[in-house]
Amino acid sequence: MAEVVFFLAAIGALAGAIGTVALRNPFYSVLALVCHLLSLAALFLLLRAEFVAAAQVIVYVGAVMVLYVFVVAYVGGGADPITTAGRPGLRWASALFAGALFVELSIAILGTGLTALGGEGSGWFEGYGTPAEIGRLLLTDFLLAFEVASILLLVAAVGAVILARRRTGLEDPREISVGDLMRTGSRDQLTGGEAGSMIEVEGPPGR
Amino acid sequence: MSIEWYLIVSALVFCVGAGGILVRRNPLVILLCLELMLNAGNLALVAFARAHGNQDGQIFALIVMVVAACEVAVGLGLIVAIYRRRLPIDVDELRELQG
Repeated sequence: MAEVVFFLAAIGALAGAIGTVALRNPFYSVLALVCHLLSLAALFLLLRAEFVAAAQVIVYVGAVMVLYVFVVAYVGGGADPITTAGRPGLRWASALFAGALFVELSIAILGTGLTALGGEGSGWFEGYGTPAEIGRLLLTDFLLAFEVASILLLVAAVGAVILARRRTGLEDPREISVGDLMRTGSRDQLTGGEAGSMIEVEGPPGR
Repeated sequence: MSIEWYLIVSALVFCVGAGGILVRRNPLVILLCLELMLNAGNLALVAFARAHGNQDGQIFALIVMVVAACEVAVGLGLIVAIYRRRLPIDVDELRELQG
């Protein structure tokens, strides 16, 4: 039974990976990556990593991929050619490089002297990979990594907001920033000088 | 299933992701291929954790997930900034770092 589930999940993961690379529309690439991540979660369950599988589904498929879908919809991901038109040899060189890398990794894996690789894995005990065990490890042995990860997430969130915000002082008049709206006079410029339109925020002067 | 099978799948996914980064020009798809490579690394980490029978590799995989989420947030913010400036969404065209 485990073999059937493994091969189904492995084929799903590989098909998703190849689809991510080969599909021309970025939106379909995101959907292929979702398929890949779900198959990978099944593989994690086979390896008895229950909490990692749940985090994979919730964090990746639930949150990160939604972020991708929103950005693809915002940027307008039209179909683009796979590789540069002027350099068709680049595609074959890339495929050759990927194949050489796989051969090298396979030699490293199959020719290794690690005795643990031959079997099913050792030392499984009750509660291996459960949220309770992972939480205990995160709050005892790996507390520093846990705290540093939280600081890293905070820095990345602030950095993403700063990178993606609308900047003031752009040359393009179509870029409207909050700072321009706050400045006096720019409201008339925006609405073409018509008082009483929807952009009025203060309300009637009598209030 | 032997642990080697998981490692072979991990190596295959990693190579597909590396080839995709070299082939594709859209930075969105390049970020997706980076996700592929990070997930291949995660699979190898969890497989090694299973082989050795302790859970340190799973903690490592969780931290890698956190780093990947940060990388996605910053990368997508960069892509949105590029789009706002009406620059082409194409890594071959984006050669100059000055704004």
